[in-house]
Amino acid sequence: MADHILAHPGFADPVHDAQSSFRALLQALARPGTLHAVAAPPDPPAPLSPATAAVLLTLVDSDAPVHLAGPFALLAPWVAFHTGSGEAAADGAAFVLADALPEFAALPTGSDEIPEASATVILQVPALKGGPPLILRGPGIETMQEFAPLGLPGDFVARWAANRRLYPRGIDLVLCAGDRIAGLPRSTTVTEWR
Amino acid sequence: MNTAAPSLTDEHPNRARAEWMGLLARARPAELAALLEKAQGLPGYVLLRGPETGLVMLRGRAGGGGAPFNLGEMTATRASVRDAEGRIGHATVAGRDEAHALVAARLDAALQDPARHGALKATILEPLAHSEEQRRAALARRAAATRVDFFALTTQR
Amino acid sequence: MAYVAVKGGERAIDAAHAWLAAERRGDTAVPELETAQIREQLGRAVDRVMAEGSLYDPDLAALAIKQAQGDLIEAGFLLRALRTTLPRFGVSLPIETETMRLARRISAIFKDLPGGQVLGPTYDYTHRLLDFSLAANGTQATAPEAEARDEAAPRVPDILGREGLLEADGASAAEPFDLTRAPLTFPASRDARLQGLARGDEGFLLGLGYSTQRGYGNNHPFVGELRVGEVDVEIVPPELGFSVCIGTVELTECQMVNQFAGSKTQPAQFTRGYGLAFGHAERRAMAMALVDRALRAEELGEARTAPAQDAEFVLSTCDNVEATGFVEHLKLPHYVDFQSELETIRRLRGNTGKPATSLPEAAG
Repeated sequence: MADHILAHPGFADPVHDAQSSFRALLQALARPGTLHAVAAPPDPPAPLSPATAAVLLTLVDSDAPVHLAGPFALLAPWVAFHTGSGEAAADGAAFVLADALPEFAALPTGSDEIPEASATVILQVPALKGGPPLILRGPGIETMQEFAPLGLPGDFVARWAANRRLYPRGIDLVLCAGDRIAGLPRSTTVTEWR
Repeated sequence: MNTAAPSLTDEHPNRARAEWMGLLARARPAELAALLEKAQGLPGYVLLRGPETGLVMLRGRAGGGGAPFNLGEMTATRASVRDAEGRIGHATVAGRDEAHALVAARLDAALQDPARHGALKATILEPLAHSEEQRRAALARRAAATRVDFFALTTQR
Repeated sequence: MAYVAVKGGERAIDAAHAWLAAERRGDTAVPELETAQIREQLGRAVDRVMAEGSLYDPDLAALAIKQAQGDLIEAGFLLRALRTTLPRFGVSLPIETETMRLARRISAIFKDLPGGQVLGPTYDYTHRLLDFSLAANGTQATAPEAEARDEAAPRVPDILGREGLLEADGASAAEPFDLTRAPLTFPASRDARLQGLARGDEGFLLGLGYSTQRGYGNNHPFVGELRVGEVDVEIVPPELGFSVCIGTVELTECQMVNQFAGSKTQPAQFTRGYGLAFGHAERRAMAMALVDRALRAEELGEARTAPAQDAEFVLSTCDNVEATGFVEHLKLPHYVDFQSELETIRRLRGNTGKPATSLPEAAG
């Protein structure tokens, strides 16, 4: 048993912290590219940032299994302990936790009848500001929104455009750094800053 | 058995711990609290999870021994603690008694300490096992009193 | 059809609920019921509410009965509503009824069976005469005790099954269907049917079970075994990776044994219907077993002719929370629906050349 990882507690106040984090997630996805603070657990296990831990604890449960990619695979006992979610393969996951953008083709993208049966990617990045600037357009954005996270791949705009073309199917993205989150729903169009 | 998970009736990887956890879960909360008063104090602790109340889906088997089906849910309360010595204790108990779950989790941690185990076994586990045995024996005796003894009537000629 | 939102009635609703609370309390000269009294002294009502509320918690069921003034369907509804607010920690290992600590165990097909016929606390053989001594409180009653014999009580199917005269239990490694997580679809598998029946309305199940005895899908039932007792519940918490017991529940199990003439591929043997219920609930378990067997008609190559053999009819109708919701919603305002029907009727009458008087006046 990897008991040491369980020494890291979950939310200090599970009900209210999950509710306020869920509210922040709704705002983040309703206003793409804007930054929102979440109610983070006090001492999340490495390599989780406080915001990533909050998003996991808020969204994942036994009916919404998570795939833990890359360095996050070690967190399986902690995630199971606090959320009840077992480990899911990437192609059967409701949520994918990663620190590098996964190939969208390997994830569930839903169907035209059930577009919500798609994966939401929780992407932990070094920062949500200071990276190469992107321009976001679409629902929830009056004209345009600048968004400049660090840690997205160089071909992100092309890969996101391919995801955008699947609409109403497609992947939604929640980016986390420090104690902040930002949302990029499948309805958002992303272009490079010129 | 056709489930992948081991049951207490099979070879069990951690029988001693599973047995004390079961005993603590089935204990009457009032009795457990009274026994705890007599025991030497438990180490301090921090909560890792809970105490929180939720549901466990109870499963039966078609025909009593066949494929599993979902019978209905029951309430359960769980708690997990890390005690001052770094031992982690867990508990899930039927019902909604948070104090019961918390005490069971603290005892689960303390019982893993070889220095405490013997005393706790004598002051808590053994009395609990004894009263459970008495409850079960009383049920068996009541049932035995209602067992039918058939006798043949004298043949009428 | 569009809905038009209207407001009003808040004051009337508040007053109605306050009156309800006062009516629930009743005459204050009479002591108030404690939920512990309901749990201890109205146990069969508690068991029924737990079964139909699909939630095993005797204290909560007692509270629901108190809150619903003894309306057991309303009480079950309260438990169903509560369970939607609670997270699910996991599922139990399948309960092994073979390990039940028995309070009652009878068989109508074998007189002398290992473990014996144990009557337990039963209404069978009572004379159904009202006992006026109960009206005067202060009843003292003690259950007699006798030396318990250390004798196993194997399940009756295991006894009959040894000779191959009874169909086997069957097995499946598949994850069972859960109608609290996915919508029922038809044809429904047996695991889905058993879950639906286990939480179905006892009166409806009883009527359906009775209908099979009255000739609507008859299959010659015998009570192979009825057992009531306490079983342990085990779960495998993910943080442990091994099973632990979290407590005990009282259950009632019914093994109904039915005639089966055999088919081209199968020799004649007995088939079975199965009932399992929370608490001490013999009528429910027996009715469930009768209906379970009736719903297996197609699988066993029997003609499907009766209501109890129609899974879609039975499972879509047996849930009394759904049923009461749909029936009782008719009390709620349907002013706009009815207005449109009224206009239609007026138009139809207008077309017949008769004077188009307004209906309410005509009725007056």
